[in-house]
Amino acid sequence: MLLTCGTGMTWTALQLALAEQNYVATDDLAVGLHLALSLERPLLVEGAAGVGKTELAQVLAAVQKTSLLRLQCYEGIDSTQAIYEWNYQRQLLAIRAASEAGESGRVVEERIFSRDYLLERPLLQAITQDTSPVLLIDEIDRADEEFEAFLLEILAQYQITIPELGTIAAKSIPVVILTSNGTRDLSDALRRRCLYVYVDYPDRATELAILRANCPDIEFNLSDQIVRFVQNLRKEELEKVPGIAETLDFAAALIGLGVADLTDDPVALHQSMLALLKTQLDRSQIPPEVAVRLVGNAA
Amino acid sequence: MSRVTRFAARDPGPAARMAGFMAHLRDGGLRLGVQQTKMALCALTHLDASSPRLARAALRAVCTGCHDEVRRFDALFDAYWMNMGRVRQKVVPKSDSPTGSDSVRTSRRTAEIDQRSPGHLTSPDDGQEESAGDGQGQLSATAARNLHQCDLRDLVDAADIAEAEAVARRLGSALRDRLSRRRVASRKGMGLHFRRTIRRNLATGGEPIHLIRKFRPERERFIVTLCDVSGSMQVYARVFLAFIAGLMRANPAADSYLFHTRLVRVTEALRDKDAMRAIGRMSLMADGFGGGTKIGECLGHFARTYARSLVNGRTVVIVFSDGFDTSPPAILEAALAKLRKRGCRIVWLNPLRGWQDYQPVAAGMAAALPSLDLFAPANTLDDLAALERRLVRL
Repeated sequence: MLLTCGTGMTWTALQLALAEQNYVATDDLAVGLHLALSLERPLLVEGAAGVGKTELAQVLAAVQKTSLLRLQCYEGIDSTQAIYEWNYQRQLLAIRAASEAGESGRVVEERIFSRDYLLERPLLQAITQDTSPVLLIDEIDRADEEFEAFLLEILAQYQITIPELGTIAAKSIPVVILTSNGTRDLSDALRRRCLYVYVDYPDRATELAILRANCPDIEFNLSDQIVRFVQNLRKEELEKVPGIAETLDFAAALIGLGVADLTDDPVALHQSMLALLKTQLDRSQIPPEVAVRLVGNAA
Repeated sequence: MSRVTRFAARDPGPAARMAGFMAHLRDGGLRLGVQQTKMALCALTHLDASSPRLARAALRAVCTGCHDEVRRFDALFDAYWMNMGRVRQKVVPKSDSPTGSDSVRTSRRTAEIDQRSPGHLTSPDDGQEESAGDGQGQLSATAARNLHQCDLRDLVDAADIAEAEAVARRLGSALRDRLSRRRVASRKGMGLHFRRTIRRNLATGGEPIHLIRKFRPERERFIVTLCDVSGSMQVYARVFLAFIAGLMRANPAADSYLFHTRLVRVTEALRDKDAMRAIGRMSLMADGFGGGTKIGECLGHFARTYARSLVNGRTVVIVFSDGFDTSPPAILEAALAKLRKRGCRIVWLNPLRGWQDYQPVAAGMAAALPSLDLFAPANTLDDLAALERRLVRL
């Protein structure tokens, strides 16, 4: 029975390797990632902000001991930002210099359309590496649909055609991780090409594991309280639900303030909640007495 | 692999079973191709496929593509692989829970039920060969039914949808304005696009002979429709449902919801290529059709959940409702105010407005008025078509 993937790991070994890098992956996520590696398919990770989607790619790069290439998508991103662009300014200078030196047109042409004058953007960089890197295409839902279409082409073929240079085939197939916040539905074609994992806010046990992995010297009792408190907070009606990153900030803030028990000091608790609640409305939704009640639920 | 070798001789084998599962998922509304079947089989060879938990996770990663599908997947998986395909959950929707229970989530609830009483893994050679291989019947995963079930296909026919599609297309293009703030190169335009100009004039040694300009392209607006399907709206449902179905076909970026006492996202269902099947799927989701209304709660739920990721300054939210709300008007007011804060335009189309001497006296409607960008009558498709000019001005 074949149980290994590209890294030669089983999915449990992959999960452990991620855990060594302080990333606690749920079984679903680990299985999805394992399949993405072994089937050489892109992995589309969707979920709310702050559940560790981007972090996953960074940690995976560390586990694989390769480089991470990141393409941050935004509205209006096009091929010149994502794939390649000629360095026009340098080309112009070269032309001027060449005409003064009296070089022939053909020589100049060959020189200015060589790799030296090519600005490689993340997608081109990703397929020209010697060892396969991790390519993170972040927040793909922000990019336009046209961009999605030509991304597809690259993800299917792993080659890029530059008219002046010819086709550049991949030296190594990158591990592709796409993230999406779900602000729009991605096209069927893209979804079909990718494996898909939805990452939800973690349950209590998982969040506790994450917190302890990231703050190893936190008191057992306090970490328990923090996680229960945040889990209760997520059930409240909030504009911006705190993610894992916020939980970690909150824990760091409490440790910094020297709080050993959430029930001790309501004022310090309310002050440190600025790490969790990021809008005025949310702050006013959770006044100190409500916060105390949420901790009370926790205890 | 243990699963393969344990198959009875007359069973067509794992590939056929997987193909059957894919067909089952397609019946359940997931859009899958042959490629997925192949990938699913490959995926199982990379894991210990005899573990139901791992097989489930692997197939979920391969077969689903959005959160909605993930939520439905577990029930579909159980229906096919567990208990000899006899899992049939009956979900009685709780009509009195105002928040967070729309029927697309039912799979999650049933998943919890499953954990309490885990189904048995179907293996064809455990003495149940009769039911193992070649069942022809359809397996229903979640049949969310209640006594109010009403088949919307009785209300809407294909011709209506085709007509509505044309109207929806026109409305969509009327809304398509909003200049983007980013500029792209073009022949005509306001300013010079320096990078492109230099690129274009490399041939002349950098002398700018051909000028490339830039302009701000038009960007499409997203349309989100929320349709009231409570009892008081039933007579108008035909027009609105046809319109929504048409809109979803005309505009791939549109998003739609039905609400009565709960809010249901029907976008995925309406993307079905077959228009009438789409309506059929929608009616499965819209259980409770023709009951009471909780407009405030439903819009509030929308503002808190879906709107957070799907509504932005370029969205037009269209609400079809008569404004007869059974909950206090303050809730509706707060919900609309919250929605407005996302920067969207809100259009309220009220069938009653078409009546002569109509005054928006229903408490809910009066509370909603200040937050609306457009409050207009709409009884028929013609009325909707006539909206075109007013929408341009939004």
